[in-house]
Amino acid sequence: MATIRFSIYRYNPEADAKPYMQDYEIELGPKDIKLLDVINKLKAMDDTLSFRRSCREGICGSDAMNINGKNGLACITNVADLSQPVTLRPLPGLPVIRDLIVDMTQFFKQYHSIKPYVINDSPRPERERLQSPEQRKELDGLYECILCACCSTSCPSFWWNPDKFVGPAGLLAAYRFIADTRDEATSERLDNLEDPYRLFRCHTIMNCVDVCPKHLNPTRAIGKIKDLMVKRAI
Amino acid sequence: MGVPVRRFDAVIVGGGGAGLRAALQLSESGLKTAVLSKVFPTRSHTVAAQGGISASLGNVQEDHWEWHMYDTVKGSDWLGDQDAIEYMCRKAPEAVIELEHFGMPFDRLENGKIYQRPFGGHTQHNGKTPVQRACAAADRTGHAMLHTLYQRNVRANTQFFVEWMALDLIRDADGDVVGVTALEMETGEIYIFHAKAVLFATGGAGRIYSASTNAFINTGDGLGMAVRAGLPLEDMEFWQFHPTGVAGAGVLITEGVRGEGGILLNADGERFMERYAPNLKDLAPRDFVSRSMELEVLEGRGCGPHKDYVLLKLDHLGPDIINQRLPGIREIAIKFAGVDPIKDPIPVIPTCHYMMGGIPTNWRGEVVMPKGGDPESRVNGFYAAGECACASVHGANRLGTNSLLDLVVFGKSAGDHMIDYIRGEMPDWKPLPADAAGPSLARIARLDNQTGGEDVAEVRAAMQRTVQSRAGVFRNAANMALGVEEIAAVAERAKFTQIKDKSKVFNTARTEALELDNLIEIAVATLVAADGRKESRGAHAHDDFPHRDDENWMKHSLFFGEGRRMEYKPVHTRPLTVDYIPPKERTF
Ligand SMILES: Cc1cc2nc3c(=O)[nH]c(=O)nc-3n(C[C@H](O)[C@H](O)[C@H](O)COP(=O)(O)OP(=O)(O)OC[C@H]3O[C@@H](n4cnc5c(N)ncnc54)[C@H](O)[C@@H]3O)c2cc1C
Ligand code: SF4
Ligand code: SF4
Ligand code: FES
Repeated sequence: MATIRFSIYRYNPEADAKPYMQDYEIELGPKDIKLLDVINKLKAMDDTLSFRRSCREGICGSDAMNINGKNGLACITNVADLSQPVTLRPLPGLPVIRDLIVDMTQFFKQYHSIKPYVINDSPRPERERLQSPEQRKELDGLYECILCACCSTSCPSFWWNPDKFVGPAGLLAAYRFIADTRDEATSERLDNLEDPYRLFRCHTIMNCVDVCPKHLNPTRAIGKIKDLMVKRAI
Repeated sequence: MGVPVRRFDAVIVGGGGAGLRAALQLSESGLKTAVLSKVFPTRSHTVAAQGGISASLGNVQEDHWEWHMYDTVKGSDWLGDQDAIEYMCRKAPEAVIELEHFGMPFDRLENGKIYQRPFGGHTQHNGKTPVQRACAAADRTGHAMLHTLYQRNVRANTQFFVEWMALDLIRDADGDVVGVTALEMETGEIYIFHAKAVLFATGGAGRIYSASTNAFINTGDGLGMAVRAGLPLEDMEFWQFHPTGVAGAGVLITEGVRGEGGILLNADGERFMERYAPNLKDLAPRDFVSRSMELEVLEGRGCGPHKDYVLLKLDHLGPDIINQRLPGIREIAIKFAGVDPIKDPIPVIPTCHYMMGGIPTNWRGEVVMPKGGDPESRVNGFYAAGECACASVHGANRLGTNSLLDLVVFGKSAGDHMIDYIRGEMPDWKPLPADAAGPSLARIARLDNQTGGEDVAEVRAAMQRTVQSRAGVFRNAANMALGVEEIAAVAERAKFTQIKDKSKVFNTARTEALELDNLIEIAVATLVAADGRKESRGAHAHDDFPHRDDENWMKHSLFFGEGRRMEYKPVHTRPLTVDYIPPKERTF
């Protein structure tokens, strides 16, 4: 069986004056395929190692972390594909609570700021609001976001202005509602983003697209919002 | 040292589908409501639901809620309560339309209506032919629903306590529920939440098994808290094994795959379900398909080097259907089974998936227990909804897509009845009992002071092995009797688990130890209840009693933690408005 080496960011505010990297070595068993399988095993050896996890299938967005320099989900990352020592750090740019656990308040604040819900004040019909398959297709690549924050925490603009720039995840969500034929608040939504920071801090660096574990494309969504802004201006 | 107290009209524990639907009622009513969740709400396991949510919308074929009701009663193997089942099926269309109005991104038909697909056990004309009743958002229905409900709660300004773990239920001398204790995970501090009414929506507990489709957080905390507070658990012998878990990994492949036309094959390449269920074939209910698969394997027709799985073939659907309707499944198969289903079949085995039992409730979401001769006396101030509750709509076997429906119908019903209760009967808070946080503080202190005990992971693995081997798809008396003994021994060990991490800030070793306390209560309940039921019904297949015995066993079981004893109570045979559906043999 192969042995694998890790270097993991450790920080416990109660005990450590500052963060440090800790080395681990572990034997891989036949069932240790995903990175999450292996860090669970590390935790069984050292129960102070702290990280979030839940679904173990890439759908809940809990276990986003920086893996060998790139943000991703531990549960869908193959250990065998990683170069050693496998270096794990918390998502960059957010305050660290402990080890690999970051404080995501700012990230969710930005998500909430775009009013992430369908706004439609017309009287509710008795049955479903109709939407053609083509109209519904407009939501593909948008609604699947799992709010893992891999994108926003790889975005330099978000690092510098997490309180002012909505960030790729929030902007993807903004466009998800603009693109929904059931939503009636497009112009209100554009007003909400018409600001030197909220939308326009995106400089199309594309880190976000590169890391999204759900293969979504926030940059394209951002581009579409910008197009709408331009169209509206003329 | 006093434990800080926070006061709310209503406290909801759980931010999954059931908790969020209830939260919406309460927040919009203007009552002061707190929603506690041990994970950020959209990380709850509802997010993993794939195939769909049932409702007799009739968008594709003729359908009626009465047919849905019949299927659900039959699917439950006549253990479901017919009043609750009627309520759920009758309310289903309006509940799904409401989700659509909330913004849920359902797939659409050409005419713009919600897309519906076939699912196991759902039929027209009371069992004649499969019907398309499952409303779907690709194979991400749970994700679409959970995010929509969360978003709607953002709109309603719901007050969330994210990453707060409830530890124990607080009951006063009358037995009424007056609050919960909770741990703020980020700081490690304990608080008391003082409430006029408490709702548990804490989800399932599939992690009592070693192989499960459930998330790590599905540790049945609500049930553990209920048992510790002296309340019974209902029908805990009934666990659903989903036919198509990825062999080895446990990750789920939705029944929607078979709904779209996928089929199961044995080592001879035979579509064996045609033999077991000539009518519904691969779309027979789950208990039935899982048993058929196990028989194929037991009789030597399993696939692979160890002949221990069967194959789920869907390449004949073609890349378009797979990419459009089942994109998530393709991703899972590639990632967890190493096969691309566009070309190759997926190795699958029956895997623990869903807990039919739970905290006993009625269709109003009120928790009930036997008291003074009444088998269903209301526990004042206590409500439960979703997978942690037993209403009982799923009886001995749940139909696919009926759980997501259960969450929104009973989440809303519980919310409404809590509002009535708080406004009508509770002008003021009942006082907290002295030392309300005592039991929780004692649990924490035990962990802080324990030395020389076993690791949590070790005891948990022992529990999982016991449940997996003693309460599986096929059961027998000797095996279950051994299981009862073994689990009692594991429960003893669990009292002395040790954690090395004694810190306060986000101590996940501690939360895992506290979760183990809950898992153990449920594992014990499962084995004791299974050992008690001397018949075969739904998911409980007893080799020594291979038939359903309506005369003696058409009754719900109730497990009590104290003395680990069983009681039983009658099934509700009287629907709310329609005629009783009398038991029949269950063939497909
Ligand atoms: C892989 C998979 C696929 C499925 N697909 C379908 C499907 O297609 N259709 C269908 O109808 N059903 C499906 N099911 C079943 C269905 O998804 C679940 O039964 C349902 O989502 C459970 O919802 P819930 O609201 O009861 O609990 P959950 O969504 O599990 O939420 C539980 C909540 O309780 C919180 N919680 C738990 N303990 C505590 C505590 N101690 N303190 C604070 N908070 C706590 C959690 O944080 C979480 O927010 C599927 C299940 C699985 C596992
Ligand atoms: S494209 Fe825009 S949002 Fe994405 S990483 Fe670059 S700056 Fe950030
Ligand atoms: S867009 Fe992708 S990376 Fe960003 S939060 Fe959503 S799922 Fe995660
Ligand atoms: S554990 Fe849920 S996304 Fe990885």
